[in-house]
Amino acid sequence: MLIIRNLHAEVEEKKILKGIDLTVNAGEIHAIMGPNGSGKSSLASVLAGRESYRVTEGEVLFEGKNLLDMAPEDRAREGLFLAFQYPIEIPGVSNINFLKTALGEIRAYKGQPPMDAKEFLKLSREKQKLVEFDAQLVNRSLNEGFSGGEKKRNEIFQLAMLEPSLSILDETDSGLDIDALRIVSQGVNKLRSEKNAFIIITHYQRLLEYIVPDFVHVLYNGRIVKSGTKELALELEEKGYDWLKEESREKVTL
Amino acid sequence: MNALQEPSIPLYGKIVDKYHELSAKDAAPLARQSAFHKFQLLGFPTIKNEDWKYTNITRFLKDEYALEAPVVNAPAPLLAKATIPNLECYRLVLVNGTWNGEVVGGTLPKGIDIRRTSDAAKAPEYAGFFTGEFAGSQPFAALNAALYTDGIFIHAAGNAVLEKPLHIIHVYTGDRNFWVQPRHVWAAGRNAELSVIESTVSVSGEPFIWVNSFTGIFAHPDAKLDHINLQIAAENVRLISHTSVHQKKQSLYNNYTFTLPGARLVRNDLQARLEEDHTETHLYGLYLTAGDQLVDNHTLVDHQRPHCFSNELYKGVLLEQSTGVFNGKVYVHRDAQKTNAFQQNNNLVISKKATIDSKPELEIFADDVKCSHGSTVGQFSEEALFYLRARGIGEAAARALLINAFAFDVTEKIKYAPVADYINQLISHHIPVHHAG
Repeated sequence: MLIIRNLHAEVEEKKILKGIDLTVNAGEIHAIMGPNGSGKSSLASVLAGRESYRVTEGEVLFEGKNLLDMAPEDRAREGLFLAFQYPIEIPGVSNINFLKTALGEIRAYKGQPPMDAKEFLKLSREKQKLVEFDAQLVNRSLNEGFSGGEKKRNEIFQLAMLEPSLSILDETDSGLDIDALRIVSQGVNKLRSEKNAFIIITHYQRLLEYIVPDFVHVLYNGRIVKSGTKELALELEEKGYDWLKEESREKVTL
Repeated sequence: MNALQEPSIPLYGKIVDKYHELSAKDAAPLARQSAFHKFQLLGFPTIKNEDWKYTNITRFLKDEYALEAPVVNAPAPLLAKATIPNLECYRLVLVNGTWNGEVVGGTLPKGIDIRRTSDAAKAPEYAGFFTGEFAGSQPFAALNAALYTDGIFIHAAGNAVLEKPLHIIHVYTGDRNFWVQPRHVWAAGRNAELSVIESTVSVSGEPFIWVNSFTGIFAHPDAKLDHINLQIAAENVRLISHTSVHQKKQSLYNNYTFTLPGARLVRNDLQARLEEDHTETHLYGLYLTAGDQLVDNHTLVDHQRPHCFSNELYKGVLLEQSTGVFNGKVYVHRDAQKTNAFQQNNNLVISKKATIDSKPELEIFADDVKCSHGSTVGQFSEEALFYLRARGIGEAAARALLINAFAFDVTEKIKYAPVADYINQLISHHIPVHHAG
């Protein structure tokens, strides 16, 4: 589904990603962990197409297509979804109209007929229930005045509505209390299938107790320095990141 | 007449002739006479005049104009454009400032009297509306008072309630350049309620039409007046619009002024004079400007008496190489204790070539008041734009959504949902694909 080869990127002339290789297949959940400033969120931004990042080397294939050539909206229409670390508040744009517009554009891109109002409403109710999202929030302005937890749950609600093939969750667990964490995780677990894939970016192992990953990668200084299975996350929890930093420094010196 | 201007403005000679012609016909020419003298004293404003510092009209005055408006019918496409879908209303149409006498949408309730201004001016019971401090101190208002021929007069008697809004469509059309100077007077008697929606339309590509309009509004004690102004004329129109509101005790006046891309020059002077205590005034404005357009909103809230409340919110979205001006003056007289006066002007400048001059002016002479003002100029939030695009919404649609969202604070204040929908449609329609850079 997603093949990243030797990806280098910089922001404001500063090298952030220094050669990422990663392959994600349908049905898989990959966790990307790493200390602050290691490039985790930058990787998410580059994949989603944030314009402040400049890719200097490497390629990314998404369902066989060159992802890096696409505008952010086309990446989304092709089935890529980024759950934002800091979802934006947009007063005056209602949540539901926003989703209707997004879904309409995605369907048009795929050559599907527009969804009628009744059908849309039904889908929206179904998904609200699935991810336990408050109906009152659905009709409010997009994220305006939402608590941190409500914003993150709205990201998962949007994910449920748009049914992407690849979802990237950028530190969705940050700032969540334990109940919100449970709701968000349950949402993801209900949405995962053989046809879709998730990349979960997190600083802590906590989220991975709820969403069990198939693979865990550790990002440090713009590179994946270690990959393994879910046990790696536990090891990190126990030992912290310092031993990996040491290890990677040795590698670099060699 | 202002001797320095005379040679450069071809209109001057015609103005003098026209005045003599009209005053000879007028049964009570005194008001015209004093207005004309006032105009002669003031001349057309230049940028040396503080009130016109950012709005240079000299270049527009160089064109040749006739002072007689042609008598024609309203083109159907214009009426269609001005029609607000799903709005229950009474509708009347003025073509080049003259009403044909028809009201569509049912029989007007008792106590609501609508006439041509030319008829009302002759009626002894309404004489008071056409004398007194007639022209004000502004050159265009004085010129209007000297040279007007017609307009629409609305009178709501005490306790009269117009349950549906009155939609006035101002159609401007002709096959040569001309000036038209409509004069409107609307009065809501004690405890009367009135909602007026105005739409100004013209045909794109037609010769230039200079509209110098004056509206006098009188809200008597406890009257409630809602006034929505939709300025959607095409680029051939130069629109100078002066609205002078007089509020008596406990009256309420709400104004919503929307200016959309089109008319090359728009200058609105909206002046609310709070002449008695416990009045309430809301002024909402939205200007979306494009092309070479120049849109200037000058407002005045004149707090003369105690315990009055005024709130003003003007928002601007500036595209392409357009120019916006906002000048909001709040004057609190020494007697106007316990005044609450709030003002806010926010601007979204979309293009690097667009400009906005925003100038709040507070003059406060009372010491026990609550007054505030704020002015902001900003650009699109790149973060918000990216968020929308990351959900599959194309750039153009995302920009339209954000502009609508910015305007929402103003459009949401309109109590008629079909009018708000109609305006949102107009806004979306006017946002072309590429406005970056």
